[in-house]
Amino acid sequence: MRVADYRTPSVGIDSVGHEARLLRLWETAPGLKGFFGSVDHKQIGIRYIVTAFVLLALGGIEALVMRVQLATPGGTLLTPEQYNQLFSTHGMTMIFLYASPILSGFSNYLWPLLLGSRDMAFPRLNAFGYWVYLASAAFMYAGFLMGNGPNDGWFNYVPYASRDYNPGLNQDFYALGMVFLGISTTVGAANFIVTAFRTRAPGMSINRMPILIWGTLTASAANLVVVPAVSLAFFLLWLDRQFGTHFFDNAHGGQPLLWQHLFWIFGHPWVYAIVLPAMGMVSDGLPVFCRRPLVGYSLVALSTVATMIFGFGVWVHHMFATGLPGLGLSFFSGASIAIVIPSAVAVFAWLATIWLGRPVITTAFLFFSSMILLFVIGGVSGFMTASVPVDWQLTDTYFVVAHLHYVLIGINVFPVMGAVYFWFPKLSGRMLDEKLGRWNFWIAFVGFNLAFLPMHLTGLLGMPRRVYTYHEGMGWDTLNMITSVGSFVFAAGVLLVFVNVWKSLKAGARAGDNPWDAPTLEWATSSPPPPYNFAVLPTVASRHPLWEDRLGDEPALSSLNKGLLLDQGKETIGTSALDAEPDMILEMPADSYAPVLLTVGLSILFVGLLCKAWMIVGVAIVMTAAALLFWMWPRRQLLEREPV
Amino acid sequence: MTEVALAQPENLPVGPVGRHGVGYWGVATLVASEAALFSYLLFAYYYTGATAQPGWLLEIRPDLSLALPNTILLLASSFVAWFGERGVLNQHRGQALVGFAGAFIMGTVFVLVQWFEWKAKAFSIGTSSYASLYFVTTGFHIAHVLVGLLVLVALFVWTALDYFSPRRRLTVSAGVLYWHFVDIVWVFVFTTYYVTPYLGFGQ
Repeated sequence: MRVADYRTPSVGIDSVGHEARLLRLWETAPGLKGFFGSVDHKQIGIRYIVTAFVLLALGGIEALVMRVQLATPGGTLLTPEQYNQLFSTHGMTMIFLYASPILSGFSNYLWPLLLGSRDMAFPRLNAFGYWVYLASAAFMYAGFLMGNGPNDGWFNYVPYASRDYNPGLNQDFYALGMVFLGISTTVGAANFIVTAFRTRAPGMSINRMPILIWGTLTASAANLVVVPAVSLAFFLLWLDRQFGTHFFDNAHGGQPLLWQHLFWIFGHPWVYAIVLPAMGMVSDGLPVFCRRPLVGYSLVALSTVATMIFGFGVWVHHMFATGLPGLGLSFFSGASIAIVIPSAVAVFAWLATIWLGRPVITTAFLFFSSMILLFVIGGVSGFMTASVPVDWQLTDTYFVVAHLHYVLIGINVFPVMGAVYFWFPKLSGRMLDEKLGRWNFWIAFVGFNLAFLPMHLTGLLGMPRRVYTYHEGMGWDTLNMITSVGSFVFAAGVLLVFVNVWKSLKAGARAGDNPWDAPTLEWATSSPPPPYNFAVLPTVASRHPLWEDRLGDEPALSSLNKGLLLDQGKETIGTSALDAEPDMILEMPADSYAPVLLTVGLSILFVGLLCKAWMIVGVAIVMTAAALLFWMWPRRQLLEREPV
Repeated sequence: MTEVALAQPENLPVGPVGRHGVGYWGVATLVASEAALFSYLLFAYYYTGATAQPGWLLEIRPDLSLALPNTILLLASSFVAWFGERGVLNQHRGQALVGFAGAFIMGTVFVLVQWFEWKAKAFSIGTSSYASLYFVTTGFHIAHVLVGLLVLVALFVWTALDYFSPRRRLTVSAGVLYWHFVDIVWVFVFTTYYVTPYLGFGQ
């Protein structure tokens, strides 16, 4: 049967038969079939979140082992090489395998719900992104478990990482693993960009998008163009190590600083990529508990984008001590100082929202609002090191370690904890325990500051980072002991969130559709949402579709109960990029094995490259090409071809 | 009572019609990311060259006798692929097949000539940083050409199977877009390695 090229979609209200039709179309198959084939963004999002939390726990255990080693001078728990692998693997895990994937997980789960849509723009690509993330994490951890973890820090400078100084497989696991992971990050970024511009609910013009959308969209636009820099750097390093090229080898005209440039051209925008979505969570979550809209929506949205634009021009502040020309340093120093302005806009917007609102103190509120304080502390220490002479004094000391943990834990882990308390009822249909939540928050907050606030002083007293031990009597003993105690307290606090989730999954209080009385679309559907998200696709008339009755300043009301039915196939609505006018009906793919097959092909490819087993590489390339062709083969269900 | 906004669109395209569909955006993001990759490769060349000792450049006057015609051949193949896409648009299946096959043959000749260029070099990948950059950058490009050739084969087969119509042909447009990218990015690689030495870079 030939499907019409054009159709006027019917508009109506929900009914039992309609929901049954949608369920048949959208539900993932049960059992293994669904496990390997699912393209449902909610399942994929939860997989991302669970995997990222497992890696957070692993990275946390690595940190605790290091803190035992450093608690007293002359510690003997670890050898220098073990310590090198632990701190490098800790960095790799937290920055690449936790901080970004956890935000991708939340965004994957939440985006179509926030946007009033039924799935991401590319559901199969979404599944593929997750499988590659899992496979590359397994690849890098396989190296670690075989005693071949990265051992030159997550930034992996040459010549330490060159073969002459590092003959084992450590760097090859890390280099190939990072190239592999880069595929996941890149396809995820592409998916977010197209989803944001093409699948918003009718009426959700660009100035009505939740800030989380702005945050993840901005981060994704950056990732799309900066991840190739680090993938390339690691690939060139692998060539230098295994095939005798001379990219970073000074003796043959190579340029060791090229590594640092390529790494930080990626690395600094990446820092913003792993905080902007988390700041978006705060911008959307905090106002709910202040019982008023975010103050300065437009300024916050624009400063999100501005932060990223500045963020492309600050990478050399990681290289102030490398002897680059002074004029260049001044430019990057200036840019690093100027970036304070858009960051401060967000801070003042959050403060004003609390000030002008009527705060309701919940665990989520505590995590979100404490993030403001931690962000300011981490921001001020960052502002200090943006100044070249101060950086020369502080670089490679524990001051920098304190700074980056305030930034990454303060602006990533704390908002993520808040997000767990805020959105867990939507994900599971159950509330988390608020009383346990208070213990959770206060233990984590006190432990974190106990561990990392004194660390500024440790750094100012000159203790270098990345050393496995230190002599007594340098004035660092007490501070290190306090930090080690604090890190265990913090870990206990983080552990409580897992306990709370475990308890609630078994016996948590039922959450209704909208337990927090929040204003955005994800709260307009049931908890947990049905596979098709929305029975009728809403039309949006404001930034706060669920608060229009009380705000009363909107020219029109959003239509939540009546809207596009789209139940003639697995369909959602495509809308124009800026105004979100409906402009096409999107046919969505059914469950597919193509993503997991492609990932298997790529995994074999990377193992083959690691072993330099060219037969395996050849087979893997054929498999990969075959899986891609299978994926791309024009399908009738998706109307990619004419029926023959 | 405030009015309720309700979108009641009429006569919307169902699925991808023409180039209008998310798939085209998807390939555009892929091209953006790949373009960034090549810009970092060229950055590596310029940065290494700008900070290198005299004598870094191994070919002060690169031989253009094969490289320039080869460049013109690759750029011309973009027009031939476009000619094939027009064939799908105008429902001339023969024209489409000729276009995709023609672009495929021209791309294959490009790869063979490039292989010949590699063989004729007086240096190898391990000679110096310049040599590494030359072989890896052009190697990255050849790898992209090979992917593009695979795309052209797929488009040829799918067109032969009569999958496409003027409306249902997003796959064709997206595939040809990728081929245009592969051709255009070569202009930047070519300019960097074959033209800038004549302009004095790296000497």
